[in-house]
Amino acid sequence: MEKLKYERPIIKKLNTGFSNKFGSQLKNEVVTHLEGVGVKELIRQYGSPLFVISEKQIRRNYQHAVRVFKTRYPKIQFAWSYKTNYLNAVCKIFHQEGSWAEVVSGFEYEKALGNGVPGNKIIFNGPDKTDEQLVKAARNNSLIHIDHFDELYSLIKLSEEFQLKPRVAIRVNMDTGIYPKWDRFGFNYENGQAWNAITRIINCENLNLVGLHCHIGTFMLETGAYAIAAVKLCDLLRNIKEKHNKTIQYLDMGGGFPSSNTLKGSYLPGVDTVPTIDQFADAITGAILDFGFRQDELPLLILETGRALIDDAGFLLGTVLANKRLSDGRRSTILDFGVNTLFTSFWYDFKISPAQDGGQYTEETVLYGPLCMNIDIISENITLPLLQKGDHLVVHRVGAYNMTQWMQFITLRPNVVLLDQEGHSHLIRKAETLDYIESAEQIPAYLKKDTPS
Amino acid sequence: MRFKRNIATSEAGFIFNPASGDSFSSNPIGSEILTQLKEDKSRQEIIEVIASRYDVEKNQFERDLEDFMSQLRDYNLLDEN
Ligand SMILES: Cc1ncc(COP(=O)(O)O)c(C=O)c1O
Repeated sequence: MEKLKYERPIIKKLNTGFSNKFGSQLKNEVVTHLEGVGVKELIRQYGSPLFVISEKQIRRNYQHAVRVFKTRYPKIQFAWSYKTNYLNAVCKIFHQEGSWAEVVSGFEYEKALGNGVPGNKIIFNGPDKTDEQLVKAARNNSLIHIDHFDELYSLIKLSEEFQLKPRVAIRVNMDTGIYPKWDRFGFNYENGQAWNAITRIINCENLNLVGLHCHIGTFMLETGAYAIAAVKLCDLLRNIKEKHNKTIQYLDMGGGFPSSNTLKGSYLPGVDTVPTIDQFADAITGAILDFGFRQDELPLLILETGRALIDDAGFLLGTVLANKRLSDGRRSTILDFGVNTLFTSFWYDFKISPAQDGGQYTEETVLYGPLCMNIDIISENITLPLLQKGDHLVVHRVGAYNMTQWMQFITLRPNVVLLDQEGHSHLIRKAETLDYIESAEQIPAYLKKDTPS
Repeated sequence: MRFKRNIATSEAGFIFNPASGDSFSSNPIGSEILTQLKEDKSRQEIIEVIASRYDVEKNQFERDLEDFMSQLRDYNLLDEN
């Protein structure tokens, strides 16, 4: 006799008269394949956990964003925010699509050069640029976005010393109605600091002020904040023209558009609540177009969108290590990846799908990582089918800020594969090894002798 | 430790505790186990029956049964003495 398919026995309490406000639980969509490639097969080939990035989705996101802005405004340029995901294969896809590079450190600057981005298409942001890096960026004709007065004065001195004429912009911070205010980067608009910096630059022969920059926050849910920011930059631009007869070539509105992830503590899923990129485009381009520039005066609009272009192109595949019942009766499941691998779990309630059919019964579960630390929680409460040891899960929308902010802690960072447009998988970052981690370590001679037993 | 006598169970997996007014639902294998508990089958007997009918290793099922029993205890469906 053939045996019946097994499933763990469960019992659930029914809450009569207290039905879920949003109707029945969301169906647990089983995700056995990513773009036609089997999850099981990927794990068999590359191990678990495993990051998977979809090239098709990256290109789709990028082309969509470009289309959305270009249909509203004549001059658009995107610059890929390296910190969001600087795996070279990922950056190269964005560059192939026409994106410049936006970097915030010497390390990222070198990566962009290594990826073949011409110096004049690299935007160099951030508060930490060494003299050496400033000189190099100036020689490469990169766009140097000045963050503070100390940097401005260093750059003035270096330009004179090395006879350079760098193209610069300033980063402006301002009140856009968003709390908390991001006022630690750049020069403040309201208190006149930004205008002082502008005046100082224009009075310096060696610096060529070509742009104005802001980045008002990340995962922004208020489109109106962008309109306010755009108007303030336009106002500076107009004043520069009127008072100094200088034409500013571009406004860089930074990044910050949300992905459709759900922020922790949100009542409703992100997919249903975050504004679309069209709405942000309406806010920004509307504000600039309504400002009253002549058509030939319109500045180039630069966007440094990160998260919104890559989050949903990344997946994390993982495996159930064990199930446990907590002392208060809640179910818990331990996975083979934790907050070390999935850094953005500090912010998001992820969509997580089972990768195999788990039957029609579901359970509320806490998802833990394997780190032996209390903070290692992937999900406080998620409804999943009855998982068994060895079952696989797919975490959605993990393309942004994980493969750059992941931590090497008690274990090794996993493989990352790219699914190309034909559905072939390519290893784009090898799983780390003990040798790799230890290759940077050195043992002083006196500690080299074997420890006595 | 036994399943409380007064608890009503249906084959469809509906469980009702008239003493507390709580109701529960279980999956088919869960109701099968409840039926056997009502018949005063021992754990070992239950393990034998389930392992012969379902595609599962005995020691896997033993762990899951342990967990199931602890849920019954949490829901106050077992006689403690
Ligand atoms: C200067 C700058 N530009 C762009 C970005 C990308 O932001 P996001 O990923 O929110 O679009 C960041 C990220 O914090 C940033 O600091």
